[in-house]
Amino acid sequence: MVLSAADKNNIKAAWNAIGSHAGDHGAEALERMFHSFPTTKTYFSHFDLSHGSTQIKGHGKKVADALGNAVNHLDDIPTALSALSDLHAHELRVDPVNFRFLSHCLLVTLASHHPGEFTPAVHASLDKFFSTVSTVLTSKYR
Amino acid sequence: MALLGERKRKDLSFLQFTRLLVVYPWTQRFFDNFGNLSSASAIMGNPKVKAHGKKVLTSLGEAIKNMDDLKGTFAHLSELHCDRLHVDPENFKLLGNELVIVLAKYFGKEFTPQVQAAWQKMVAGVSIALAHKYH
Repeated sequence: MVLSAADKNNIKAAWNAIGSHAGDHGAEALERMFHSFPTTKTYFSHFDLSHGSTQIKGHGKKVADALGNAVNHLDDIPTALSALSDLHAHELRVDPVNFRFLSHCLLVTLASHHPGEFTPAVHASLDKFFSTVSTVLTSKYR
Repeated sequence: MALLGERKRKDLSFLQFTRLLVVYPWTQRFFDNFGNLSSASAIMGNPKVKAHGKKVLTSLGEAIKNMDDLKGTFAHLSELHCDRLHVDPENFKLLGNELVIVLAKYFGKEFTPQVQAAWQKMVAGVSIALAHKYH
């Protein structure tokens, strides 16, 4: 799966529209994921997972910053996320299925906050983007 | 299923089954006789796609009325999708998640994490029910 020029434009435009809300959206996506896919909570037994938790807010911002970095390097996401890829492979070892859950919840969050921008074409491009990021983050698992 | 909690019983007729065909183009494989599916706008405007979307939504409406017996409600459709239509059940999951995303788009802030979780259970139940008669 390759990100076309149109995909890259859609992704950048969407990220611009999100602007400074990226961190909040990251936190909301995590909260949605914990509610809809409770098995994902097993990776956060050390977190306070209640609504509005400082830890979720902080982690949401981390996720958003990493995605923002990927948006700025759409031509070479593997290099941009190399360190995170190592981290997930050797330390975090989050089962690959969970990246799909978070990606889905990111799409749900974006759809609910930015309905006007969330056309089918933009939706498809973002889905491909999150899928690409997920593949990169699990690429060194074995 | 009875513990699903908050449920919005609104008219779902504006939801777009069409989005599935745009975002996951390989799902078009089941609709060769639908005419022009060559672009997002062609798909969104295709009358056969719209008509099929309405069929799907009507079924989902039945599901909401029969949440305590999804397997019974979908028994016939499950056989149909296996024996005649030959649809991989993975596609039911794709459509289910697509529905959740469109609900988020239209309901915005009302589509809270709790409401989403209830709908995720619902679409998972429907997917399982539709796959139940496969052999």
